[in-house]
Amino acid sequence: MPRRLLPVVVLLVTALSGVVSADARSDAKAQVEFGISVAAKGLWKEAIYRWERATQIDPTYGAAFNNLAVAYEHEGQLEKAGEAYERALKLEPNNAMVRQNFELFKEIHDRTNQSNQSQNSQSQTP
Amino acid sequence: MTVRINRTNLKTLNLKLLSLTLLVGVAGCASFYEIPIETPIAAKLDVSAFQRVFIAGFLAGGTDDVDGNVETVRLLRSQLRMKSNLRVIDADVLPLMDVASSSRPQGQAAGPGAEPRETPQPSQLKSEKDLEPFEHIFADADYWKRIGEEYQNPLIVTGTVLFTPHSQSGMVQREQEVIDPLGRRRVEPVREYMERKGFILQEKFIFIDGRSGTQIYSEALREERLYNQNDNTPALSSYFELMDEIIPRFLSTLSTQRVRGSRVLIK
Repeated sequence: MPRRLLPVVVLLVTALSGVVSADARSDAKAQVEFGISVAAKGLWKEAIYRWERATQIDPTYGAAFNNLAVAYEHEGQLEKAGEAYERALKLEPNNAMVRQNFELFKEIHDRTNQSNQSQNSQSQTP
Repeated sequence: MTVRINRTNLKTLNLKLLSLTLLVGVAGCASFYEIPIETPIAAKLDVSAFQRVFIAGFLAGGTDDVDGNVETVRLLRSQLRMKSNLRVIDADVLPLMDVASSSRPQGQAAGPGAEPRETPQPSQLKSEKDLEPFEHIFADADYWKRIGEEYQNPLIVTGTVLFTPHSQSGMVQREQEVIDPLGRRRVEPVREYMERKGFILQEKFIFIDGRSGTQIYSEALREERLYNQNDNTPALSSYFELMDEIIPRFLSTLSTQRVRGSRVLIK
């Protein structure tokens, strides 16, 4: 009897996990959409909160990491932005929009690094 | 005014309208959203310890047509007044070349070879190497400390300005408008040999702590501009053009700059 039930149980668990992950994605999507609407109004801190929530609810949601990276960038938290972009690209390696955002970010980040390096090499402390 | 629309035009118009409707429809359902952002780039130098900045003066060379010392001081002061939180000290520009000429490098004993020299004309100083014998003034901590005490311990900005005439000849690509046998206008790239003249601006900014008289940071910047030989661009106007390129980089040392751009948010 238990042997006969095994495939049913497996099927049930698989179906349930699908439902749970679909639920997580739809919850995360709601957070992402709300984040976009507040970011459009300039409320970037609130947007960061929403997108951080989205990445906690569904850590496989690449768009949430992309948006979070954009918000970090806007707030000047460049290290965090870089990490979030990398995570987004890992989840969605073929997404041209994420890639384009990351390229633009790298341009600014590299420039900042260059100026910091030149400061280190040129500064003369007493 | 009446516009006549024939059948072909109507067809094209219909097609255009259809594609526009499709585009609007696609954009409406789009799962992305382009948003403008401003990325703050932190200042290279932490100036939180200072409330005032004193653009003291510069060792200037290159040409007699532009007073590199006075013009640079004036321009930097006006830019800092607009774009920095530091209070800009409005005082006479230091005749730094005279000061450097009349003083000896620190630690150099008085002797026949260590006599104060005459102040040279800017046009006599053609290269950075020519300015080097006067640069000991930047290491004179006592001098800068005295200046600092006089102006309530500001951040002092000084350095060198070398604004030199420059000419170059070679192949240059430019765009030329041509009209083909059918009377259509086209723009074509044309390469031609050209004599050009202009100026090179080399600036070294030295930031000194007015409390101790010591250097805290220095940055060297260089820009050049060449004009068609027939243009007769005045030296002063070229100097301002070159300073337009240099000033944002100077300001980014002292204050946070914002880089504008746009990114795509995804649903």
